[in-house]
Amino acid sequence: MNHLGSHALAKTEIPVTLVATDDSKRWARLLVAVGRERDTAAFEALFRQYAPRVKAYLMRTGLNASLAEDCMQDVMVTLWRKAHLYDPTRAGVSTWLFTIARNRKIDLIRRAGRPEPEDLPWGPEPEPDQADVLALAQETDRLAEAIADLPEKQKDLVERAYFGEATHSEIAAATGLPLGTIKSRIRLAIERLRRSLQADASGASVGVSRTEANDQGD
Amino acid sequence: MTIRHPIPDDLLMGYAAGHLPPSHDLIVATAVSLDDDARARLAGYEALGGALLEEIAEEPLRDASLDTVMARIKNAQPVTISQPEGRDDVLPAPLREAVGGDLRAVRWKAAGMGVKQALLGSDAGGTVRLLSIPAGQAMPDHGHNGAEFTLVLQGAFVDGDDRFARGDMEVADAATEHQPVADAGEDCICLVVTDAPLKFSGLLPRIAQRFLKI
Repeated sequence: MNHLGSHALAKTEIPVTLVATDDSKRWARLLVAVGRERDTAAFEALFRQYAPRVKAYLMRTGLNASLAEDCMQDVMVTLWRKAHLYDPTRAGVSTWLFTIARNRKIDLIRRAGRPEPEDLPWGPEPEPDQADVLALAQETDRLAEAIADLPEKQKDLVERAYFGEATHSEIAAATGLPLGTIKSRIRLAIERLRRSLQADASGASVGVSRTEANDQGD
Repeated sequence: MTIRHPIPDDLLMGYAAGHLPPSHDLIVATAVSLDDDARARLAGYEALGGALLEEIAEEPLRDASLDTVMARIKNAQPVTISQPEGRDDVLPAPLREAVGGDLRAVRWKAAGMGVKQALLGSDAGGTVRLLSIPAGQAMPDHGHNGAEFTLVLQGAFVDGDDRFARGDMEVADAATEHQPVADAGEDCICLVVTDAPLKFSGLLPRIAQRFLKI
């Protein structure tokens, strides 16, 4: 393996806001290494990081442990087989992997394949622009931070709505809240995420104010 | 292309999360193919999925998990992407896939008054069809039991004060009684998804509905 994680940003002073992007950048670099060099050590690192998460995601969407394990293995093999198609300027590794896991799961429960948007026309493929890679990695990290910063109740709601573990009606039944309230809270949580990202992007300090968020909690 | 009536966020999030029935997936994939802003919003919802994946509590793997996968990748060939064959000015790739060809391959059925339709799929969550309305003509006045999504692929229609052209999506819910009228000049071709069977207000259309499965 080459010196992953060491050569980026070497010559300039590293601004504080960039430190947090090391993780996303590192995973992206490992995935590119798998695509270009069929680097098995990079693959193993990605496996150790993401396989337990992909399995957890699949279980939360309703697969039992055994099916989720099988499905996760397929997903990781697909990662290997598609790594050369990964474009670090278009998606973070977790996002890319999430869409593979989601599609694989849908393929499992449907006979027919799933329609996907028309692919954008590919131009001549130059080296990915490092500034673009960095910008995307930053965004990915900010989103993860914004989610981590959500009040526990809202985070739980977003996760349950998104991973489809429960329908809105089931959440309503479980929490005793009316369906309309549930839907508007999920929207609120997502809106909050979006705003905290915009605030970050415009250089303000990190995301969500907890007191403000808690006002919405009941 | 300017999209004045873009696909709503809840459809994009449902698609990103993988919750939608197949009929709805098709209209989302088609709408996103026609609207770069929708593509960006979809990417945002997929990034949300990725961020949740980073945050999720890990699940223990089977003991031999890594060994099994390492053995499998030894002989695994890289995936080659096949470029979608042909081009069509009306049907984007996901629709060509569903139709099994370009616009000429659509198997239209007459639906009365020059209106043609082609059923593309039906599942527990809804029905998806192509609809062709002759230039200048009105669709039968109808309400719905559930939501109805109409994506314009060719031509345009006017409904009340709003005009919908290629790439625009009209969303009607159970309360909406509407009567889209196709622009003069060109037949209007739309992809329509209904959550539940439409209910027509006139008797004749209601009888027709039983046969046409609108």
